[in-house]
Amino acid sequence: MYTFSSKLKTLSFALMIIGFLGVAYGFLTTPSSVEDVKVMLQQSHDAHGSEASAHEVTVNEHGSTQAHEVDAHAEHVFHSLKNKPWSALYVALFFFFMISLATLAFYAIQHAAQAGWPVVLFRVMEAITAYLPVGGVLLFVFFVLSSLHLNHLFVWMDPEVVAHDELIQNKSGYLNVPFFLIRAAIYITGWVVYRNYARKLTLAQDNSTDLTNYTKLFKSSAAFLVFFLVTESMMSWDWIMSLDPHWFSTLFGWYVFASMIVSAITTIALVSIYLKGKGYLEFVNNSHLHDLAKFMFGFSIFWTYLWFSQFMLIWYANIPEEITYFATRFNDYKIPFLGMLGLNFVFPFLILMNSDFKRVPWFIVCAGIVILLGHYVDIYVMIMPATVGDQWFFGISEISSVLLVLGLFIYVVFSALSKVPLLAKGNPFIKESEHFHY
Amino acid sequence: MSNKVIQAMYNDDDVLMDAVKEVRAAHYHIDEVYTPFPVHGLDKAMGLKGTRIAITAFMYGCVGFSFAIWMMNYMMIEQWPQDIGGKPSMSFFLNMPAFIPIMFELSVFFAAHLMVITFYMRSRLWPFKEAENPDPRTTDDMFVMEVAVDGNEAELVSFLEKTGTVEIKVTEKH
Repeated sequence: MYTFSSKLKTLSFALMIIGFLGVAYGFLTTPSSVEDVKVMLQQSHDAHGSEASAHEVTVNEHGSTQAHEVDAHAEHVFHSLKNKPWSALYVALFFFFMISLATLAFYAIQHAAQAGWPVVLFRVMEAITAYLPVGGVLLFVFFVLSSLHLNHLFVWMDPEVVAHDELIQNKSGYLNVPFFLIRAAIYITGWVVYRNYARKLTLAQDNSTDLTNYTKLFKSSAAFLVFFLVTESMMSWDWIMSLDPHWFSTLFGWYVFASMIVSAITTIALVSIYLKGKGYLEFVNNSHLHDLAKFMFGFSIFWTYLWFSQFMLIWYANIPEEITYFATRFNDYKIPFLGMLGLNFVFPFLILMNSDFKRVPWFIVCAGIVILLGHYVDIYVMIMPATVGDQWFFGISEISSVLLVLGLFIYVVFSALSKVPLLAKGNPFIKESEHFHY
Repeated sequence: MSNKVIQAMYNDDDVLMDAVKEVRAAHYHIDEVYTPFPVHGLDKAMGLKGTRIAITAFMYGCVGFSFAIWMMNYMMIEQWPQDIGGKPSMSFFLNMPAFIPIMFELSVFFAAHLMVITFYMRSRLWPFKEAENPDPRTTDDMFVMEVAVDGNEAELVSFLEKTGTVEIKVTEKH
């Protein structure tokens, strides 16, 4: 049995408190009106000196139309700045939720494939998926708040925008608030139901003499994977792609999934290494870590493959209605957009290629931290350009949102770990897994 | 020093593995082991060094990658930078996404083929090579361990007889 160390508990609460204060600060410091933004813009123009005076001349020449443009610009910046703390929170909420969700998918794959090696890691995976109901409720509350117009993340939720936008009007059969919320509720409920059912079955299997629970788990995992593939794809359209309602991409669902699964496997590896370091997982050997590291390596390349396929197809054909997506990212987000390729591909590719390195815990931890950072940036670059545009910044809002959700994630995951024994001893493959070596 | 080797035959890979460990523990030198299929862990039991072929493959991959970059930079950017369908042929980086499929394929091509050729050369395999098979049965169901005779031949034979061998032959080294 694992006992939740008081140090870690304190850390998680500290993260939550610091994160909460930072998030609150982020919400309180957004400009309260368009006038504030105008003052702010004026100040930044003044700071530019000569550039500002050159601007004055053009204002005088063009008269009222220019003044109108300044107003429109200020209003646009105002909405972007208003969205910033909301988007920062959304990126963090989605990031940790997707780790938990893809861990569940990985867990179901291992059951459906009747894999022998990961049995000793099942309790770690189940604990990570314990965040799923918590994160699901938080995300759903977030969507309800969005639909109540407390923020402008999803522009298609704003009836005024839709009234002037024929493209969104044509999509309103799918993109309308009630259907969106119903879909979100179906996805989240479906995932949480499988998660709780699977957890119940493996715990029951520990004390049973026959394999009925195991067989049920096998069948339900296979069924869940079918459900998951459909809902994950739709989830990525709803929750991420609909932020850019004028844009669409067919492999987007897979691309989001690749980001999810590599982060999830990395998190499984990091939690396992932590627990093993504390002496709780003596049955996990470095061959199990080697396998996890191989998955991290493989799925990092898989993510890059999908990222590049999406980018290159759009870059190559250069159709205006599609290319705007990458044009904004390339122009306004150059460092995160290109930097994440280094974090998500080049670094793990070179570090995790060597077979010996994949057995060394601190190598896996290094690569894992870089991969998680990279996929945070990936989600950031998926969401932020649509909601805050060129007003992005890795500031207090972004960092404290991550800290807040990270604290909650650590608390939920490690309290779930401390509730049951760390070895799923009823699984028929347990002996194989304990003696697994590669 | 005699030129003789003893060929101890086994008909089971588990017995062979135990025999290899015993012979190594008794400090006799195993020249070679012939098996009809890969025996998992035999290389470790014999104390063979790990292969470095993966390292060569990585280097060949780097060669292929560099070759692809050089080739396309030379052909598409430097030699005749034509405007083909509006692609930006002004610099390599501007047009890079279009080159990546070729860079990838050439890396894999070089890594795979040169590694295979390295394998053939290091293991001395080619179409008209004369087979070095001590006994035709080793391709079917027999395992042969060749131990060099160094000094007392009778002692070595009696030692090997105790390791579960089904047949022992003493021959000249070929």
